[in-house]
Amino acid sequence: MTMDRSNPRELGRSRALLQQLRSLGDVVAPATILPVVLEQVGLVEFYAVLQTPIGAAFVAYNDHGVSALMRAPSAADFERQFRQRFGRSLRRVAELPAGLRSMLHQPLSRAKRSSPRFDLRRLSEFERAVLLKVLQIPRGEVRPYAWVAREIGSPKAVRAVGSALGRNPIPLLIPCHRVIRNDGNAGEYSFGREAKRIVLAAEGVDVEALEELARSGTRYYGSDTTHIYCFPTCRNARRITARHRVPFGSTKAAAVAGYRPCMVCRPAQAS
Amino acid sequence: MRDQDMSAALVADLDGNFEHVVVAYQHRLYAFALRLTGNPQDAEEITQDAFVRAYRALTTYPASRLRMLALRPWLYQIALNVFRNRVRHRPQFLVPLDQENEQSDMELEDDKEARPDTALERSELKASLDALVAALPERYRLAVVLRHIQGLSYGEMATVLKQPIGTVKANVHRGIHMLRQALDGQKQAESSRAQTHLRRRMK
Repeated sequence: MTMDRSNPRELGRSRALLQQLRSLGDVVAPATILPVVLEQVGLVEFYAVLQTPIGAAFVAYNDHGVSALMRAPSAADFERQFRQRFGRSLRRVAELPAGLRSMLHQPLSRAKRSSPRFDLRRLSEFERAVLLKVLQIPRGEVRPYAWVAREIGSPKAVRAVGSALGRNPIPLLIPCHRVIRNDGNAGEYSFGREAKRIVLAAEGVDVEALEELARSGTRYYGSDTTHIYCFPTCRNARRITARHRVPFGSTKAAAVAGYRPCMVCRPAQAS
Repeated sequence: MRDQDMSAALVADLDGNFEHVVVAYQHRLYAFALRLTGNPQDAEEITQDAFVRAYRALTTYPASRLRMLALRPWLYQIALNVFRNRVRHRPQFLVPLDQENEQSDMELEDDKEARPDTALERSELKASLDALVAALPERYRLAVVLRHIQGLSYGEMATVLKQPIGTVKANVHRGIHMLRQALDGQKQAESSRAQTHLRRRMK
C-alpha cells in the first residue's frame, strides 16, 4: 500500500487509528490482582487472638510463618499499631491455621523446634541470629545476655543482643523472656518487667530464687560426681542432689576446681 | 508518583511501597497481558505472576541496582517473560483465538453494511482493531502494542524486547502498515459488497 501523506483524509484516518489503538489500552485490571499478589509475596498478613499467660495477644502470620505478636486493647488498635510498625495490611481470621495452632498452643514447649515457622525476613542478620539462638533455650530455663552473644559468635555484642531482643517482633513465641541479666535480675522486657516475671513463673522458673542465688554470688552449679558445671536452671543442674551440688561464682573458678562446662547449657565454650 | 520516585521509595522501604507499585501498574500490565493473550483469565494470571516475580527479584537487588532500575520497562519485560514461558509450555495456546476472531469479524461485517461509509465508526473500528492486532505476527504485535497501546518510548521498548532501537522502530512501522492494509482490505470488501448490493437493487 502506498500512503498518500498529503491527503488530509489519510492523515486524519491515521491519527484516528493511533487514537483507537491507544484506547485499546484503557482497560481496568480485575480487583482480584492486588490482594492475590500481596498475599503471595507475604505482604498481607492474617491474624487471630491467642491466649497467653499475660492475657490475650494478637498473632499475625503470612505464608512464611508467624510474623508478629502484639498486645493491644482492641483489634482496631492492633491493626493500626501493626501497620505503623510493619507497613503491611492485615486481615482477621476466626482461627489460626491448624499447623500454626498446634505450634502456638504449646508455644513454650521444651522441644527444640528444628524448623521454626517464623517470618524473620525483615530483620537484620544479627537480629535473626539472636532470635534463632533464643529459640533454643528450653522452657523453664534462662540464660544471660552474654551467653547469647557468645553463642552467636559476637561475645562483645552483649548490649546489641539486648536491643535485638527488645525489638523481637514475636515475643513469647520467640522466648526472649528467657534471657536475663548476668546478676540474676530478670531485666527488661517489651511487655514490662512484671510481665517477664509472670511468664517465667508460668514456665516454672523461680525468678526470686534465682536473684537470691545470684546475690549470694552463685552463677553456676557443679556436680562433684561428674565434675561438670551448669547454669542453675539447666535441666542437668536441677537434678544434682543437694549433697553433691557445688556452687561456683565464675567459669574460671569452676575450671580451676577441675570442672568442665555442661555440653547442654554450655556455660562456657568447651576447651 | 513518577518512575524514579517509585524506585527511590522501594529502596527506602520495599515492603511498605510495593503495594503502590502494584496499584500504579496493574492496569497497564493487565492491558498488555490482555493484548498478548486475548484472554482475560490468562491476562490476570500473567499479571499476578509478573508482580510476584518482580517482588521476589526486588528483594534480592542491592540498593544501588534498585536505584538505577527503570521500573516501567522492567515490569513489562517480566510480564513478557511470564507470557513466553506459558506459551512455551502450552504450544496450542493461540489456536482457539484465531477461530473466534474470524467469527467476530463476520458478525461485524453484517453490521457495517447498514452504516454510511463516510467515517469509520469508532466502536466498530475498536472491535475489529482488537482482532486485527491480535492477528498480527508476534514481533509486530508486541511492537505495536508497546508503542501505541501502552505508550512506551522506543528506548524503553528496546529494553523490554532486548532489540536495537532501529529494529523496534521498524517493527512498529511495519505493524502499523499491516494494520492499515488490513483495515483497507476490510473497507474495500465492504464497499464492493455495498456496490453490488446497490447495483442489484437498481436492476
